[in-house]
Amino acid sequence: MLTKRIIPCLDIKDGRTVKGINFESIRDAGDPVELAILYSQQGADELVFLDITATVEKRKTLVELVKRIAANINIPFTVGGGISAVEDVALLLQNGADKVSVNTAAFKNPTLISDLSNQFGSQCIVLAIDTKKEEDGEWYVYLNGGRTKTDTKTMEWAKQAVALGAGEILLTSMNNDGTKNGFALDITKALSTTLPIPVIASGGAGTMEHFTAVFKDAGADAALAASIFHYKEIGIPDLKNYLCQQNIPVRL
Amino acid sequence: MVAIIKYNSGNVQSVQYALQRLGAASVVTDDESVIRNAEKVIFPGVGHAAPAMQYLREKGLDKLIVSLQQPVLGICLGQQLMCNYSEEGDTDCLGIFNEQVKLFVPPAVGVFKVPHVGWNSIYNLSSILFKGVAENDFVYSVHSYYTALGKNTAATTDYIVPFSASLQKDNFYAVQFHPEKSGLVGETILKNFINLP
Repeated sequence: MLTKRIIPCLDIKDGRTVKGINFESIRDAGDPVELAILYSQQGADELVFLDITATVEKRKTLVELVKRIAANINIPFTVGGGISAVEDVALLLQNGADKVSVNTAAFKNPTLISDLSNQFGSQCIVLAIDTKKEEDGEWYVYLNGGRTKTDTKTMEWAKQAVALGAGEILLTSMNNDGTKNGFALDITKALSTTLPIPVIASGGAGTMEHFTAVFKDAGADAALAASIFHYKEIGIPDLKNYLCQQNIPVRL
Repeated sequence: MVAIIKYNSGNVQSVQYALQRLGAASVVTDDESVIRNAEKVIFPGVGHAAPAMQYLREKGLDKLIVSLQQPVLGICLGQQLMCNYSEEGDTDCLGIFNEQVKLFVPPAVGVFKVPHVGWNSIYNLSSILFKGVAENDFVYSVHSYYTALGKNTAATTDYIVPFSASLQKDNFYAVQFHPEKSGLVGETILKNFINLP
């Protein structure tokens, strides 16, 4: 049976993890590779590396990092953050990334999605959407790391992206992100039951029950979280054992 | 030495890294004599069947692959191209396995997603490739097309329909999933392949 995926997300700046914390088993909390190895040993199903490096020159460090990650871990990983050109993606994939995620650049230039999926295949193109529920009760697309509002509804953009060849949707609810009050079940469910491609839910994980809800009630194919794993609030083995007891298929 | 066949397909690097972690020397090449003289050959693949077959034919690699005598392992698209025919781009393939490759068709929207992405279990393991792997262990797959069950099926996975997660015939081995991305289970499978006589 196909299992639900648990995906830790690592924020990367200048080749180092942001908000790194010391685990007993790793020497350097700021080294993304050490943390990646630890998470993969603990049973993470995939990893996402989100590069928040500001400058173009520093982006070279990302390619070097991707090489080191690929050489050292034996599970799939996605690289995202500021990707806007086919050449960027070619370089990341050639160096061992399994998938790339695109966000703002794809919204501004939707043909980027079709260009990428035609050249590399849909399976490695993840469309990341930052979304916020407004007072009118509708979910809208936000850009630039959530700083810029658009008038486009999330469902419309997601459907368009599927038609263009996106292979998965990584959906982050800005209303929920950082709250630890649970995932945004309504928009996750809306996308997950409407779209023919997998939906990764992100934003709001605080307890193990939140994962049950996003898988059982909202039908997410995968759930992504950062701080609860980084700060050891929830261990991946505990989480997966718990989900298994809840009759949610997971890889143990 | 393991020869990894170089052609217009993605993420060959991951296979080489996985072999490196197992301490096996490998080379990515499309050179006929290097491939023919390698102890083992891996035929990887991520991408589309039609341009991949076209490229293999242009380079003469199609005739080379079917004539190889040493153990050959097809991965993902590699497995599909080793079959007779793929619905992807209505493509005639290498014909090592007398099987058809078909598109997953979900019974209803939102019930099964296509591509089939993630960790799924493999069972009815019948190849030496799976020595040390338990029935229903998990492996990682990403694919929209599948190989039907047939007499060469060496492992089965259920997704919409039961399909061939692996095939084997004589010196030809194939897996639909990505052993290079399948954690310790995947490492065991690659190690078994490398250690074949």
